[in-house]
Amino acid sequence: MSFKQTLIKRQEFILVTVLLLIAAYMPLSNRFLDVVNPFHMSLFSINLIGQIICFAILAMALDFVWGFAGILSLGHGVFFGIGGYVMGFYLINASFAETKVLPDFMLYMGWKDFPLFFQIFKYLSVSIAMAVLLTFAIAGIFGFATFRSRINGVYFSIITQALTYALMLMLFINDLGLGGNNGMTGFRSLAGYKLADISTQIGLASVSCIVLAILYLLLRYIVKSSFGQAMIGVRDDEARLRFLGFRTDRIKLFAWCLSAAVAAIAGLLYVPQVGIINPNIVSPMLSVEIAVWVAIGGRGTLIGAIIGATLVNGLKFWLSAKAPSVWPFILAAVTLLITIGLSNGLWGGTLQLLSRSHARRGV
Amino acid sequence: MAYGVGHCSCSAGRTQDEESEMQNDTAIYVNGLNVKFGGFAAITNLTIEILYGQTRAIIGPNGAGKTTFMDVITGKTRPQSGEVLLDKKLDLTSIDEPSIARKGIGRKFQKPSIFEALSVEKNIELAVRKGLGFFAMLSSKFSLTQRTQINEILAIINLENERDRMAGTLSHGQKQWLEIGMLLVADPKVILLDEPVAGMTDHETDKTAELIASLRSPTRAIVVVEHDMDFVNKIADIVSVLHEGQLLAEGSMEKVRNDPRVVQVYLGR
Repeated sequence: MSFKQTLIKRQEFILVTVLLLIAAYMPLSNRFLDVVNPFHMSLFSINLIGQIICFAILAMALDFVWGFAGILSLGHGVFFGIGGYVMGFYLINASFAETKVLPDFMLYMGWKDFPLFFQIFKYLSVSIAMAVLLTFAIAGIFGFATFRSRINGVYFSIITQALTYALMLMLFINDLGLGGNNGMTGFRSLAGYKLADISTQIGLASVSCIVLAILYLLLRYIVKSSFGQAMIGVRDDEARLRFLGFRTDRIKLFAWCLSAAVAAIAGLLYVPQVGIINPNIVSPMLSVEIAVWVAIGGRGTLIGAIIGATLVNGLKFWLSAKAPSVWPFILAAVTLLITIGLSNGLWGGTLQLLSRSHARRGV
Repeated sequence: MAYGVGHCSCSAGRTQDEESEMQNDTAIYVNGLNVKFGGFAAITNLTIEILYGQTRAIIGPNGAGKTTFMDVITGKTRPQSGEVLLDKKLDLTSIDEPSIARKGIGRKFQKPSIFEALSVEKNIELAVRKGLGFFAMLSSKFSLTQRTQINEILAIINLENERDRMAGTLSHGQKQWLEIGMLLVADPKVILLDEPVAGMTDHETDKTAELIASLRSPTRAIVVVEHDMDFVNKIADIVSVLHEGQLLAEGSMEKVRNDPRVVQVYLGR
């Protein structure tokens, strides 16, 4: 087998290996390599990688439902936000248990006690389960209503975008008691580990890599299965599939809810690494950007989404520090160039080049 | 190629009693059908009875309501009034497309509707699923019977050697056959074919006629919408002519051809 064929055939193996190597390398390099060593990784860069990995999970979630089932969501930030906020609820619980001081936003609202509502999220395991359940519930109700009414294509996208905007406006309301426009911060510990500790932050970044690898394998398994072919059927010719006896609304609903849950998991991992959660996480901007990452990386490949999210966010962190004013122009230019020149995105294009001799494409 | 699918192992779902009961019984019964789109009457007071064992051709000029007729039978369009029954008992206007498909009505669209991003074999596999068995779908498992069926279908539509090819790279004719193959999987009682030979070469048209002839079975009704009169003549037992949403004439090709009204609105042009 030539190098090219190996790369194509073993994509999933290579990706998972790389992710696990990064997960192992980050703590080792930080702990054992000297600060002056070029292979040493600072806490700052590790934290950055951790955040980028969360965006990669988020992009992969969107690619699963957009690239395979053809459902373009411009509101995946909603589910990312649900995960993020639930993690926020848990983290303020943990802070309160430690300091017995109410979070700032509760003091501003004149609350005397830690409210009962937030106490649901006292335990990490319960919070994670709640985040997933809440996501299933919201994605389920929304998906059920829209897919049954056969709302498709751009109409669906517009509704998801509106949903994101509505949720953001709602979260901006201070009286809602979820922190309002300042959001929630002042997190201290997660499952007993101090968030200020270097080891905790490195651990979170490594866990993010491992979670990405596991979720990738799960989604990869599904898109390769007969169910995944049915998703592709929905994407390419939903009517045909219906006339073959498929209840396409159920296929879409399952894919949609699963994708939403993956996005929520990304949110759960993201918040302890950035140390704050505020309504900007569900801004329409972010939700559109997710689609841009997927488009740049190449939709319908899963790996493309991971590559797209990593590259764009890596560039963004680097350039928005060096030249913040030009960043939007660069992103726009990259998006345009790829849309025109590489309609299958970076990874889709690479695969096409590699397998030009074979008569196959995509999955 | 010359054997009927109705007699292959995939008809195992039917009992002997059912088979004999169906002979020369009504498959599709349409009575007093009216379909309007806004102010436009697509079908007016149409009554058609299609029998098992029959190959029925529906012809007529563009806009005569041929495709609408198929849309109504398959549940895509709901009529304003009228009866549409399968086996004279099941009301097709009250159930949705997947349910109708599962009751044994298969439809081929005018434009080849196959999943181009999947291989030929995967297309048939997807059809074999019929949308049933969530966990079987996730685990991609097929029973031995299903595997045999997939191979049989591939043989019938003559695409055995193309099974790993991406469906999008097939020729136009092969795409049409693949779509017909996807219908056969369900061993349908009723097959609706919307312009199956449009855009085909003469050679492909002949092969399609052969294929459709091989699908005839006493327990199956075949309905073909087509403009190609030679093709219709070759395959149809009985021809219905639609004009402006109404039934203009019905009978053998010979009879219809000599009907002065038909000549005037359709054939003469």
